[in-house]
Amino acid sequence: MIELREMPFDPWQYLAERQVSQGVEARSGAAAIFVGTMRDFNEGDSVQEMYLEHYPGMTEHQLETLAASALKEWSLDDVLIVHRIGRIIPTQPIVLVAVWSAHRAEAFDACRHLMESLKHSAPFWKRETLVDNSVRWVASNTPG
Amino acid sequence: MAFLLGAILNGILSIMLVKVLFFASLRERLGVGQVMLDTHEAISVQEVWQRSSGENVLPVNVLIAVNHTYSDAAALVQPGDEVAFFPPVTGG
Repeated sequence: MIELREMPFDPWQYLAERQVSQGVEARSGAAAIFVGTMRDFNEGDSVQEMYLEHYPGMTEHQLETLAASALKEWSLDDVLIVHRIGRIIPTQPIVLVAVWSAHRAEAFDACRHLMESLKHSAPFWKRETLVDNSVRWVASNTPG
Repeated sequence: MAFLLGAILNGILSIMLVKVLFFASLRERLGVGQVMLDTHEAISVQEVWQRSSGENVLPVNVLIAVNHTYSDAAALVQPGDEVAFFPPVTGG
């Protein structure tokens, strides 16, 4: 499942509600979770807030494609990707990637791969506002 | 009758248009977010870039999507398609 959210969200509450609403899968022995959170610094500067632009239509399509590709490549029970858009402030979660599988190896590998693919191919762009109120576009991702 | 003819004409005209979108820092540099290109035949992404941006050279780091799927400068675009140009992505 894919979701873009304009409002802040709590990934842990989100996962708990999902487990309750679905019922814990008896066959899923492993869940691998990645949560990305906004830092208050980047490239040596203090950042006070950020705006996340996306490409409506393509961003959802690309995330669906990544999820479908992971489900094909690994033996997974489920995939969840939640990503923020719009205005974000430090300490707020930006992204949640969760995968469920029978065993840990597939869960770890798929979660890592999904997150890296998202960083390289999902159409999102970060515009930072520094503490002196100057604004700049983030030119590229950090190595990892 | 005039309304019906107008609606039909509008339909035909929109089919002959290519919708071009620019995002993030590229949109700000070009000063435009969306351009509608009139074409009756298939044209390359390279030509779409030249006609919509007013620039000859497509920068090497600019990414291209046709109808929400990644593509390249040599790809052919049909009337009615949507083409997007954007800088490297920085989500997650």
